[in-house]
Amino acid sequence: MKNPRNSYGEKLIELGKKHSNLVVLDADLSKSTKTIMFAKKYPERFFEMGIAEANMISTAAGLASCGKIVFASTFAVFATGRVYDQIRMDVAYSQANVKIFATHGGISVGKDGASHQMIEDIALMRVLPNMTVLAPSDATQTAKIVELMAENYGPMYARVGRANVPIIYEKEYMESIELGKGIIVEDGADITIISCGTMVDPVIDAQKRLKKQGIQARIIDMHTIKPLDKNLVIKCAKETGAIITAEEHSIIGGLGSAVAETLAEENFSVKFRRMGIKDVFCESGDPKDLLEKYGLNEKHIIKNTKELV
Amino acid sequence: MKNYDENTINKLELTAVKIRKHIVEMLYGAESGHPGGSLSAVDAIVALYFAHMNHNPKKPNDQNRDRFILSKGHAAPALYGSLAESGYFSVNELKNLRNINCLLQGHPVCLYTPGIEASTGSLGHGLSFANGVALAGRLDKKEYKVYVMMGDGETDEGQIWEAAASASHYKLDNITAFIDRNFLQIDGNTEEVMRLESIRDRWNSFGWNVIEINGHDMVQILDALYEADNHKKTPSIIILDTIKGKGVSFMENNIDFHGVPPNEMEYNLAMEELDTLQKKLEASN
Repeated sequence: MKNPRNSYGEKLIELGKKHSNLVVLDADLSKSTKTIMFAKKYPERFFEMGIAEANMISTAAGLASCGKIVFASTFAVFATGRVYDQIRMDVAYSQANVKIFATHGGISVGKDGASHQMIEDIALMRVLPNMTVLAPSDATQTAKIVELMAENYGPMYARVGRANVPIIYEKEYMESIELGKGIIVEDGADITIISCGTMVDPVIDAQKRLKKQGIQARIIDMHTIKPLDKNLVIKCAKETGAIITAEEHSIIGGLGSAVAETLAEENFSVKFRRMGIKDVFCESGDPKDLLEKYGLNEKHIIKNTKELV
Repeated sequence: MKNYDENTINKLELTAVKIRKHIVEMLYGAESGHPGGSLSAVDAIVALYFAHMNHNPKKPNDQNRDRFILSKGHAAPALYGSLAESGYFSVNELKNLRNINCLLQGHPVCLYTPGIEASTGSLGHGLSFANGVALAGRLDKKEYKVYVMMGDGETDEGQIWEAAASASHYKLDNITAFIDRNFLQIDGNTEEVMRLESIRDRWNSFGWNVIEINGHDMVQILDALYEADNHKKTPSIIILDTIKGKGVSFMENNIDFHGVPPNEMEYNLAMEELDTLQKKLEASN
């Protein structure tokens, strides 16, 4: 088990050493987002912006205009919806080299309630021209994604959850991770489950159980939601004939929508289902209970898969 | 205080008239745009580009350049006119303002136009962006200055005050902001729409060095810039007492010309007035 947030903090330090033009901003949540690790190591390149996210994003763009690689972090809910206009104008429209790294995405934030459970961020960022949208699944992948964000030019958004996640990828696997390329985690011929971020782990657990019951599910870790790996989606549709998407996000506008758009435009009529938050605000509660109630755990993945196969 | 010879001031005033004519022509040609706020802001912009800033039109991305950020992006014609006359692009481009496949968008875009630092048009962002540029300058030990122009109505935006606090907190004395204090915004007088006074007290209380001047007086503008540049430890703001629509009699203090271009008759009348002013200035040279 490792928290992707820690992975982010550690990677920032490493990248900070490598790139003297890398700077980090946070909006009074550095202890939670783990940017505090960078702040301690490189205090002169860390800017505490206080509880003023709009100012943080536009300031990030100003720094980027002077050749800085800028990481700006806060919770997903404040990193996107609250500052949509700043991201739109100063980051996306201006093609600024700003990397918005958001933590606490999705409903598994838990007890803070729907005010803090961001389920629209991927949709909001996906719709912006020039924006790359990422949702890494475990600590190893997060480290690699953060590195790729720093070392590829352009506006990018990444979100991770709050909780610890079992290690899915061994370190040596890191080098094969590329932006815009989905990962086939497990092969299978009966159905494809395409998931991202916090949902990849329960999908893997579900796949193991399904296997014992004779269902061969292929698992795709679609860490890059935009640009979407359309070729992989089409390949899976052709080869398995059924697709489920799973994300800790609204079923509207996120990974599920992106996959559906691809399939529809390629005239692919496959059995298809989106798992995600079904156009409701959720509530306070233990993450486990929330994921059960809102249909996003291993049990629900198994149920949906069986219904669709 | 610095002494400027009369010739320098006269030249700047002539340039300002020339750019006022560009503004009127551009907006007449584009059949849309914002005359009022362009005409009120133009004198300070001219002072920056033609006398005060360290910049080179041939090297728009020079790392040591002073930066100007037009936070009130709707005054783009004033900036475009100044950039064209400075040599960032051809004066001929001005007639294509707001046309399809054209360099000059309705509001400034950094990707499209040489010399544009920030994409603006949605109000309230520019000062934050300037803060980022100023922080980068400090990190890189660069001497450059960052200038940013806000509208008075624009400071209704909450983000301005986040940025004001931030610039003060980080002691960004390499920033000089302007407020184009023309007292008018779309829905009417700024004090009736959303009271701003006392602007001086507000910025003072945020820790800024506040300078108030006549925003159409070149000597006062240059003196204020000199004072602001030499003020240390806190950012400076120059409150420009201006007249919306300045230079065209029937546009002055007339909110109907905030976002409406002149018709043919108004265009001819405006150009006539500006021509007369230009001749007067040329005669006194």
